[in-house]
Amino acid sequence: MAGPFFALLGVACATGKSRAMTAVLPGAEAQGTGPGSRTSVAALVLFLLLGVSSMLRAQTDCLACHADKTMQDAAGHSVGVDADVFHASIHGSLSCADCHSSIKDYPHPDHPAAVKCAACHADQATGIAGSVHASASAHPCTGCHGDAHAIFPKTDARSAVYPLNIPRTCGSCHSDPALAKKYGLQNVYSVYMDSIHGYAVSKEGLLVAANCMSCHGSHHILSHKDPQSPTYKTNIPNTCGACHGGVEAEYSSGVHGKAVAGGDLAAPVCSDCHTAHAILQPTLADFRMQSTPICGSCHKGRFATYQDTFHSQLGLLGGYVETARCWDCHGAHNILPESDPNSPVNQANLVKTCGRCHADANASFVKYQPHANPHNRKLNPPLYFTRFFMNLLLWSVLGFFSLHTLLWFIRAKREQGRAGPAGEEKDDE
Amino acid sequence: MTNETGTVPTEQPQSQPQGSGKEKYYVRFTLAQRYLHVVLFTSFLGLAATGLPMRFSDNPAARFFAREVGGFGAILFFHKFCAVVLTLAFLYHLKDIATRAFVHREKGIFWGPTSMVPNWKDVQDVVGHLRWFVGLGPKPKFERYAYWEKFDYWAVFWGMIVIGFSGYAMWFAPFFARFLPGWALNAVLVIHGEEALLAILFIFSIHFVNTHLRPDSFPMDMVIFTGKETEEEFQKKRTLEYRRLAAEGKLEAREGEKPVYWWVNFAKVIGFTAILIGLLLLVLTLIGYFGTA
Repeated sequence: MAGPFFALLGVACATGKSRAMTAVLPGAEAQGTGPGSRTSVAALVLFLLLGVSSMLRAQTDCLACHADKTMQDAAGHSVGVDADVFHASIHGSLSCADCHSSIKDYPHPDHPAAVKCAACHADQATGIAGSVHASASAHPCTGCHGDAHAIFPKTDARSAVYPLNIPRTCGSCHSDPALAKKYGLQNVYSVYMDSIHGYAVSKEGLLVAANCMSCHGSHHILSHKDPQSPTYKTNIPNTCGACHGGVEAEYSSGVHGKAVAGGDLAAPVCSDCHTAHAILQPTLADFRMQSTPICGSCHKGRFATYQDTFHSQLGLLGGYVETARCWDCHGAHNILPESDPNSPVNQANLVKTCGRCHADANASFVKYQPHANPHNRKLNPPLYFTRFFMNLLLWSVLGFFSLHTLLWFIRAKREQGRAGPAGEEKDDE
Repeated sequence: MTNETGTVPTEQPQSQPQGSGKEKYYVRFTLAQRYLHVVLFTSFLGLAATGLPMRFSDNPAARFFAREVGGFGAILFFHKFCAVVLTLAFLYHLKDIATRAFVHREKGIFWGPTSMVPNWKDVQDVVGHLRWFVGLGPKPKFERYAYWEKFDYWAVFWGMIVIGFSGYAMWFAPFFARFLPGWALNAVLVIHGEEALLAILFIFSIHFVNTHLRPDSFPMDMVIFTGKETEEEFQKKRTLEYRRLAAEGKLEAREGEKPVYWWVNFAKVIGFTAILIGLLLLVLTLIGYFGTA
């Protein structure tokens, strides 16, 4: 029933009036059967004006056979087209032969030439050709965009590349363990879906939440080892900063940001601390717990001394993750050296920093060393000798009494044995 | 002591199985002292059970236990609760000593054969006992408190001051920081942890064996629960005190009733439970210490 309108639309597009016609189309769909529909009238007028062209004939001719959705070719591939869906799709205005250009007449050859999307989409095709997907076995276009006859604009919820659908689309390959193993990829789909970004997409339905494309790009996806890639280490702050602009600015002013900008690739970028795909809400207990060892993976000495403190011990037992983790004192994105007057761990700021948890913190209280090392005699002499004395006491008392008690036990057993087999009565007077 | 049947017997207590007629019992500890011991070991077990997971927080057993009881918040609450109980018990004991010494003018509380204060004889006893262990001399005879019992007492006394002080310094750190140097806030955790480790290892191995598990008392010395011991035990374990009392004619004044049957069994249940928990904690402590060192 809607056929003539779409046929008409095809003509209109072909004659360079697509913009006007696509504006007509939705109204025509919705009100096609309504009496006195203005759009219907407009379409009818156009229909009459333009008459029946050869292109119109071509599309209706094709659909005469291919509208049978169960239709298959000799090899068993589906060659049926859902006319309604196709007409609604972004390419619905085109005639079949625009893409299937090798078919001029009926009957057509058994094996028509492959469709070349690049004929129109040259930029995208160039992008794909230089990307990690250049050699993919799936069709370079339909692999992501789905059924060629059901391609919708990326702003349309029916599109395979609609923001909320992208993780599922990419995941159709990237959640496959076999594929991940074959190409040496991490199996990231499931961790992404559990991450704060994945949650925002799948549960909150946030169009602005980062999906695969937001970080990796779309057609010209490059390996993270490629300096051109948005996921190349030094480009990551910029990539994340596209959304997290405020954080990026803070990061750039901190020691890590400056080090990376200065070419130190050992310094962390966003993904080194937050991970790439398994990003958690930073206030979550799990993230608070997992982040400290991440800092510790570079700052090994500081991590070891932190682990000796109450702050660490409490946190490890769970249910009480409020205890200070690295960034509670040092800051997170704009970490500054202790000597910087703006650093929260600068001597002048300690009362305020410690006071965030310890309400009564005073100048003497903040002399506490959160990274004291009782094993280091030069750096922490009082602590070193305290520990030394306590250990001496511990082992001398235990050593003496262990020996004492062991000897006593043996002797008492022997006395017992001498006194009688029952061992109950003994007379050692 | 005698039977080990159910906790609450329905029959009347029978006479001693191997006793020669009626066996005499002598009082060693007052009811208050026995209660103090119960409060002491209950709160100590609580402190050890909640303190060890904090000390060895990277140990899987510690994390499992902490998670099961409601996380660190619950652990710390219980730790502080037991600490307050033990502090009150300690203060009660100090008050008791002060009353006995200065109000009742009790002689011999600070010096003499019945005092807890070490004297020259204790030094001789240590040497003599060690010589006897290896067969180099006769077994020494002991007064009311033998040297290892005095050590137990003072170890706990010193331990409560040290662990208690360092614990409260952490609990009220900003307050203590007013008069303690900064490094002391670091030191108190080391002191607290190491002294507590010493206390745990000492009580759950040395004290258990010396007092309860050694062949003369195996499996448990019930006198701390019943307060009374048989004449035979008295004579054997504290020969000098027995002889002194006999010579002074005060032996009769110390005589007491035979402990009630159900009380003995009840005490055994409590005591063995405590010993088993203690031994379990000892094993976990050793695993924690040597597993992470």
